[in-house]
Amino acid sequence: MAHSYTPGLRVTGFATMQKTRRLPMKGEVIVAVGAPVKAEDVVARTALPGNVKTVNVANLLGLPPADVPGAMLKPAGSSVGENEPIAQSKSLFGLMKATAKANTTGTIEHISEVTGQVTIREAAMPVEMSAYVDGNVVEVLPNEGVVVETYGALIQGIFGVGGENVGLLSLAVSRPEDVCGADGLGDIKGKVVVVGALADVATIKKAREKGAVAVVAGGISDHDLRQLLGVDLGVAITGSEDLGITVIVTEGFGRLPIANRTFDLLGKLSGHKVSVNGATQIRAGVLRPEIVVPRTNSGEHEKPDAFGGGLTEGMIIRIIREPYFGKLATVTELPPQLMALETEAKVRVLRARLESGEEIVVPRANVEMIEG
Amino acid sequence: MTDKPLKSVLATDCGSTTTKAILIELVGDSYRLIVRGEAPTTVEAPFEDVTRGVLNAIREVEEVADRKILDGERIITPQEGNVGVDLYLSTSSAGGGLQMMVTGVVKSMSGESAERAALGAGAIVMDVIASNDGRLPHQKIQRIRQLRPDMILLSGGVDGGTTRHVVELAEMLAAADPKARLGTTFQLPVIYAGNKDARDEVTKILGEKTALTVTDNIRPSMEQENLMPARHVIHDLFMEHVMAQAPGYKKLMSWSPVPIMPTPAAVGMIIETIAREQGIDVLGVDIGGATTDVFSVFGRVFNRTVSANLGMSYSISNVLAEASVEKVLRWVPLEVDETDLRNRIKNKMIRPTTIPQTLEDLMVEQAMCREALRLAMIQHASLAVGLKGVQQTRTISDTFEQTASGETLVDLRNLALIVGSGGVLSHAPRRQQAMLMMTDAFLPEGVTEMAVDSIFMMPQLGVLSTVHAQAAGEVFEKDCLIRLGTVVAPWGEGKLGQVVFKARIGDVTREVKLGDIELVPLALGETAKAVFEPEKNWDFGAGKGRPVEKTVTGGVVGVLLDARGRRPFVLPDDRAKRVAALKRWNGAINMYPEESLVTS
Repeated sequence: MAHSYTPGLRVTGFATMQKTRRLPMKGEVIVAVGAPVKAEDVVARTALPGNVKTVNVANLLGLPPADVPGAMLKPAGSSVGENEPIAQSKSLFGLMKATAKANTTGTIEHISEVTGQVTIREAAMPVEMSAYVDGNVVEVLPNEGVVVETYGALIQGIFGVGGENVGLLSLAVSRPEDVCGADGLGDIKGKVVVVGALADVATIKKAREKGAVAVVAGGISDHDLRQLLGVDLGVAITGSEDLGITVIVTEGFGRLPIANRTFDLLGKLSGHKVSVNGATQIRAGVLRPEIVVPRTNSGEHEKPDAFGGGLTEGMIIRIIREPYFGKLATVTELPPQLMALETEAKVRVLRARLESGEEIVVPRANVEMIEG
Repeated sequence: MTDKPLKSVLATDCGSTTTKAILIELVGDSYRLIVRGEAPTTVEAPFEDVTRGVLNAIREVEEVADRKILDGERIITPQEGNVGVDLYLSTSSAGGGLQMMVTGVVKSMSGESAERAALGAGAIVMDVIASNDGRLPHQKIQRIRQLRPDMILLSGGVDGGTTRHVVELAEMLAAADPKARLGTTFQLPVIYAGNKDARDEVTKILGEKTALTVTDNIRPSMEQENLMPARHVIHDLFMEHVMAQAPGYKKLMSWSPVPIMPTPAAVGMIIETIAREQGIDVLGVDIGGATTDVFSVFGRVFNRTVSANLGMSYSISNVLAEASVEKVLRWVPLEVDETDLRNRIKNKMIRPTTIPQTLEDLMVEQAMCREALRLAMIQHASLAVGLKGVQQTRTISDTFEQTASGETLVDLRNLALIVGSGGVLSHAPRRQQAMLMMTDAFLPEGVTEMAVDSIFMMPQLGVLSTVHAQAAGEVFEKDCLIRLGTVVAPWGEGKLGQVVFKARIGDVTREVKLGDIELVPLALGETAKAVFEPEKNWDFGAGKGRPVEKTVTGGVVGVLLDARGRRPFVLPDDRAKRVAALKRWNGAINMYPEESLVTS
């Protein structure tokens, strides 16, 4: 049986992985090197400085900005509650008083005699960083975070949405070309569910409703993605969507069977605890979505990529652009010279035989290598 | 450097994905491109050292030119015999280029001036924060905190005016305490280029929290914009702070006597040089995978804009989202299913290195290109404007309410030259395709010459122009530009099928009807005297119905006579009529192989 993957995307049963867990700003690391951690464990925490609001005291009191410090009832550094008076002016022999009140609860940070504004900072917001994967802490980045090492399977998808999640892996289909649909999900509470060749919006929403933490599929239609996100995604920079579920596709847009190699591995790991992240960034510093499956370290490591040498005759490929998009073929010839396509562009091509027996020519840029 | 004869120059451009090297030598009495080489950029893991990619690209140059340039990992300078080069230069856009946030008091005045200063220096502007931008103070502070720019340009107020608003902006920055994009330890560079009377106050507020540099006001008075000092500071800080943080750049900087320049700044420089030396208005466009840059010089004023999310691969899906499926498909003379089109575009986005194999796919990609260019041009025209607020005797508080905008400087009727760059234009299988894509997107009016950059060496030539204008100019003319020819298009109104103008180009005479285009061959390197006689409702710039005499320049395509109308440009709404028109146009200039004209 053929197995396929996209060059650059890893699909491996055994690998040692390191995950850097860094706080958005400096804080406290609460685990030590060597500590075993669960995916859900907090490894570092910090407090993000609170939001800032300003009160235009000069305007409210009708004072020149330079007089504002003298009108303050509370000095910088004081705690204030919402609607609490913070400054007051007097006029007409002290009878008429104008008052400026705090517009939020927090601490007075700055009183400006140039602009007449008073800055109030709200309470700090706690941020906790989890380990994300089951493993061991191998490095502490002082005040910033940790590096967690784990051993197990890694499946990178081609595109995803939604952030990190942890759950048990479950397959709702028995063949990679099948589609389970919204009615075929079963009991998936807390699970990462493989739904087959297509994740349509009804299936994703139903999975979320039933408590699944992630959906994995071969493909998704752009139409469904738009419905799910509520916007037309312009650039593939994802991961921060607040969808309540993570979606990972392994092959691309449209109905596309999950590559056999990927599907077989997912099948073997069904029931395991997995960590998933839909974050995708396709620019300099490519980031692909991933499924990480921590396993007991047997010391086994898969052989390094067999395709390092590039394309060879007899190799099975998958075509990733029209007019043969998604089809499998066997390489029959790798002509060294540039050849003209139907478009008249002269590029490096290969000749291949489709499963139907048809002989074709395709640009090398438009194929993925497949393990035979 | 220009007083000593320079025998050779090696220049590299470190792009996000590819590092390109060119070797220029003095051949006889003029400078010519000798060879080029390229290698993947190595800023990212596992290499994390930009010089690896630079050395690989130089090694390719060594091999192809069959001459020694490197001594191990050192560029040999100066040239001795056939070994080494006299000068090494580089530009860079690796690692996402230069990303900035700018501020101004009035969004349409100092805010726009700040945006123009940052864009002109080669930056991507992430946001413009202004006192009157409609957001509440805490919303602005939150926005500043979210962004992680490479640097911030703080401007606002005219010299001698009120300091209050710009100080308020400084207080907001201080409250937000923004962090730099690269590195966690160094302070964020902030440039203050606002009202000079507020310098002390701004320094008091930001001096300790940020790496503050104070320079001349970009808007010293309502009538004056002074962008160069701020642009120079941006370049200096780009080198000192941003580049110095990027892996390997300290080493790269030590190899060249000339500062590394952001790639778009260098392209802008060469466009400015052409406009100045030839005394013409020029438009340059570079359409890449992620972004589209537009450069222009109209009436001696340079402008640059970058459309950060309009591109042909990484951002192609955004072109569809912003333009709409209908707008894209109006350029395709074939039946294309919308769902299929949407999935295809998304698949290109996630697999950005694939190429069109079928004519249909090529036509769709070229339709996307037209729309990306059109949208980028709209953005450019809206920022390339005259100063707003000029000749107003109002106080600052009045101008807060000001809604009138400055007129755009973009004047297609005076535009003499359009230069296109980027794979979809430079590598279009037929040059006619590049010419028609740019014509359809920009709709030039009057008589406009067109060219494409053969191998995208404008960045290297731009930085070279700062130290050796002659070498840069000669290589640009002889090796960089591929002249496509000239587009001739009058403006006016009429009925379909009516004659719009008569053209006499050398010995050739043509009559062109509304809704038609025709191609008159005029070879590369040739020019011809031409007379264009418009019908009574049509204008070539001398008035309706009045003939004009011009010298037109030939090229690899020729002279394109375009009578499809301008303002409005006529593209039939009815699908069958539109497809017939597209096929007629494609046929008239031999745009695609013949069989495509009979399929549908």
